[in-house]
Amino acid sequence: MNPTIQTLLLIQGVLVGLLTLAGLLVWVERRLLALWQDRLGPNRCGPGGILIFVADGIKMFTKEDWIPPGSDKPVFVMAPAIIVVTALIAFTIIPLAPGVSILDLNIGILFFLALSSMGIYSTVLGGWASNNKYSLLGGLRMSAQMFSYEVFMGLSLMGVVILSGSLNLHDIVKAQSGMWFVVPQFLGFLIFLFAGLAETHRLPFDMPEAESELIAGYHTEYSSMKFGMFFVGEYVGVTLISAIIVTLFFGGWQGPLLPPVVWFFLKTMCFILFFILLRAAIPRPRFDQLLAWGWKFVLPVALLNLIATGAIALARGN
Amino acid sequence: MFSMLKTLWLVFKHAFHKRVTIQYPEEKAYLAPRYRGRIVLTRDPDGGERCVACYLCAVVCPVDCIALDSAEDRHGRRYPSTFRINFSRCIYCGFCEEACPTYAIQLVPDVEMAEYNRQDMVYEKEHLLINGQGKYHGYNYYKVAGLAIGGKAKGEAENETPPVDPKSLF
Ligand code: SF4
Ligand code: SF4
Repeated sequence: MNPTIQTLLLIQGVLVGLLTLAGLLVWVERRLLALWQDRLGPNRCGPGGILIFVADGIKMFTKEDWIPPGSDKPVFVMAPAIIVVTALIAFTIIPLAPGVSILDLNIGILFFLALSSMGIYSTVLGGWASNNKYSLLGGLRMSAQMFSYEVFMGLSLMGVVILSGSLNLHDIVKAQSGMWFVVPQFLGFLIFLFAGLAETHRLPFDMPEAESELIAGYHTEYSSMKFGMFFVGEYVGVTLISAIIVTLFFGGWQGPLLPPVVWFFLKTMCFILFFILLRAAIPRPRFDQLLAWGWKFVLPVALLNLIATGAIALARGN
Repeated sequence: MFSMLKTLWLVFKHAFHKRVTIQYPEEKAYLAPRYRGRIVLTRDPDGGERCVACYLCAVVCPVDCIALDSAEDRHGRRYPSTFRINFSRCIYCGFCEEACPTYAIQLVPDVEMAEYNRQDMVYEKEHLLINGQGKYHGYNYYKVAGLAIGGKAKGEAENETPPVDPKSLF
């Protein structure tokens, strides 16, 4: 087959797959939260309630699409698109199976870091453009949170880069054929997990949203499908972070018996479920605690981890 | 850090706990026998309407959802010609039942009153009036009140002796 058509088909597949997954995750999350809170969750619409996301979608589409007076209109409209688009673009570099990814970039990790930081603009701009003090506070928190957690998000990945000697995600997966990087880079994994959580602003790091303090934070003023976009963006973001964790620390598509894509999907799902468990179990910290913890504890640990990994790699002479 | 892991584990274990959800239309929650739900107007043991249209319930109602008009029948007994309760406002506080001097208005444990149309929540007298006596059996206001009314003279009520004419002492 013509490689261009192949790529187009792949793009189509990934796009449809991801958006469907994001929709399904709405249902998965609600059922799982219910499971861990001794409830049942949505179970009426379709088998096991799975069609709830269709119902939600119809609801979102038919709601009034409102732009608050005094808001910065173009920015207000653009903000929700940014988060979805950046998260989707970042997916192009994820190796789904040996040699299969939409883009084979030799600076894969940098590309991912760049795009995931771009995604933050969505929240910050959305909060800024809404002309609402709660939104603005949410946006400010997001920028502060991003500022402190972005720093060691990159640092935590450098251990992996040192071990594999490449920024290309395909090479990193291949380098894990003997041992998953989570073993030598356990600290790096933990730090990336925290940073990823902060990046996707999921509970317990959902400071920018913080319903109990800021109504709904940066998306207070958003309604209809614009709000839906933030939602889809959040779920695609969670999927992206899970996929990156799997790729960098848990051997990507590698695994016995089952085909690589299935392994990749299973591992990613495990992390998505773990994210939901975190949301069910851990309360939101205070904002200053969050920042202090990031700067005073996680950052030094990330640096130490990087130095130690570098020193060992140097001593081993590779 | 350790406590966080413990939390995660404890929450995870909840997946195997018993559900607390009651699947409502199929399963029903336990309602106390004297649960305050839909309001009815009851009749006395002889089948007459208990309500004497005294307006006490309408006055006491904190959300003002009772409206009635009084009328008098040929015996001179007052009764409500209309009696309307707007259940979309009612908070089921039971004050009307407590205020009622004749046990006419009563709250019964029926909570399934949902409607698609808001106007259907307004109940007229014919919807409210039931054929039974509700919670208080054998009570007939006119039989215990010392009031002379059509068909009952002074002193003919239960536990009442005929009136004494003080002038007969002279
Ligand atoms: S229950 Fe309370 S709110 Fe309802 S009609 Fe009676 S007094 Fe009014
Ligand atoms: S229901 Fe009771 S309180 Fe209300 S008007 Fe009738 S007699 Fe009076």
